[in-house]
Amino acid sequence: MSYELLAPEIAVAALGLLVLAIGLLLPAHSRKAVGYLAVLGLAAVLVLVIANFNREAVFFAGVYQVDKYTNFFRILFLSAALLIFMMSSRYNHLFGERQGEWFSFMLFATLGMMIMVAAGDLITVYVGLELMTISFYVLSAYLFDDRLSAEAGLKYLIIGALSSAVLLFGMSLVYASSATTVFTEISGALGSGPEQPALLAGIVMLIAGLGFKISAVPFHMWTPDIYQGAPTPVTAYLSVASKAAAFSVLVRLFLSAFPGLSFDWHLVLAVLAALTIVIGNLTALPQTNVKRMLAYSSIAQAGYILVGLVAANSYGLKGLLFYALLYVFSNVGAFAVVTAVEVEEGDAELESFSGLSRRAPMLAAVLTICMLSLAGIPPLAGFAGKFYLFAGAIQAGYLWLAFIGLLMSMISVYYYLNVAKAMYIGASRREERLLVPTSVSTALWICLLGTVFLGVYPGPLSGLTELAIAIFSIG
Amino acid sequence: MIGLNHYLLLGTALFGIGLYGVFAKRNAIAILMSVELMLNAVNVNFVAINRFVQPAASLGQLFAIFVIVVAAAEVSVGLALIISIYRQRRSVNLDDFNLMKW
Repeated sequence: MSYELLAPEIAVAALGLLVLAIGLLLPAHSRKAVGYLAVLGLAAVLVLVIANFNREAVFFAGVYQVDKYTNFFRILFLSAALLIFMMSSRYNHLFGERQGEWFSFMLFATLGMMIMVAAGDLITVYVGLELMTISFYVLSAYLFDDRLSAEAGLKYLIIGALSSAVLLFGMSLVYASSATTVFTEISGALGSGPEQPALLAGIVMLIAGLGFKISAVPFHMWTPDIYQGAPTPVTAYLSVASKAAAFSVLVRLFLSAFPGLSFDWHLVLAVLAALTIVIGNLTALPQTNVKRMLAYSSIAQAGYILVGLVAANSYGLKGLLFYALLYVFSNVGAFAVVTAVEVEEGDAELESFSGLSRRAPMLAAVLTICMLSLAGIPPLAGFAGKFYLFAGAIQAGYLWLAFIGLLMSMISVYYYLNVAKAMYIGASRREERLLVPTSVSTALWICLLGTVFLGVYPGPLSGLTELAIAIFSIG
Repeated sequence: MIGLNHYLLLGTALFGIGLYGVFAKRNAIAILMSVELMLNAVNVNFVAINRFVQPAASLGQLFAIFVIVVAAAEVSVGLALIISIYRQRRSVNLDDFNLMKW
């Protein structure tokens, strides 16, 4: 076996420990070095993953699978973490002397996600998921003196523990019906024919447990509170990467462990996706806090991504992977602007964004473009992603779902443009220009170019997603 | 003769009690204990399934050990969070944590 393909995971784990140790050893005034070390280390790992993109290996009899699908999501997690490290350079000062530990927890959350996507076995999925979730408990409560942040941490702890218990109970029922936990062996052991009720209950509980992580309605209640209370960079990471990780597990689980079931899980997911899209968009409409509005919008976005798994054909899965990656650029871009405004103004209420176009034209432009991309306006990336997703749904016979998605995308334009209106037409309370440090503006440029480029020229990424989904046998 | 079904019923009952506790209790520590009950229900399931479905292997017991270890980590982080919020608000009652509406 070629163990060097596990190097990215080992490197991220070592980097997390190194950052933790150095953060404690360095004197307070040179703590900035920790951030640079984390960014450089992650960039090196990203290069390593890209260089080995085409190499595949299966470890420990199917328990750990490094393939193009794994590599695609590894790239997604690593680039999301990199962008967030860069955009949070000013916000980090709020963490005081605990900056080093913050980077370390973010790295361990990334490691958990990388384990989740590569897992070909229920135990490995569980361990990766918990590594990610426990890191996020700490991260969401990271502002010690902030009442909202402490509350967010406690709420996330309760909901996260509850959802992993539900997920585990589902896993135990799947284990009871198949006597194995490895995905490929599960599909062999189940065979075809009518399923036992225990297996169906297990699958429904798996959907519920992972539904909490992707915040699909009706498992979404925690999302707005935690997204609003957690430190903004953590919210950004939670919304793009932890969701993508849960989706990557859902796709691998359903397509390699339960491919031949007569139980129509597509329909279950289709109803969940429709509910998620409708409720996420409608509840985003009246929000006045931009962070909370983005939380509801991220619920709706999860619904769109779920459409790809409902379709489960080549268009749908391509769309799922494509959308998950463009969502990194668009959503991190939006959250980077929210972070910059929050550092300056102290909150993320809509009034704080009034007149932003005169104080910081760059921030206003990036936020507008990222939000238009999330709303699916051509020629931005969101449009290309939604095109693949809804084309897949129509091909699979879910015309009604594609219709709901299109209708709700139009409604979503209202609340996204509401923020743009405040930024361009609203009067500003203050006139002085808003400072944007180099690292933040680099992250903003990457998000902006990614969002525009993927929309104008989706070909290369779409080819990459095709390679990644080739590991599944789909029609 | 006690069979797999009895153990699974026990597991399901424990899981149900834990689930009820999570929704009915208002004290954060009690909720954490209820979650522990749910995780232990899962452990009962795994060990019993291992014994009755696959006695020659030990996969279920292995899973149960992983669950125990991860649950310990989860609880230690959870208690730390509860202590930190208690220092701030002098309360661990969830009804007092309502700055954001659900």
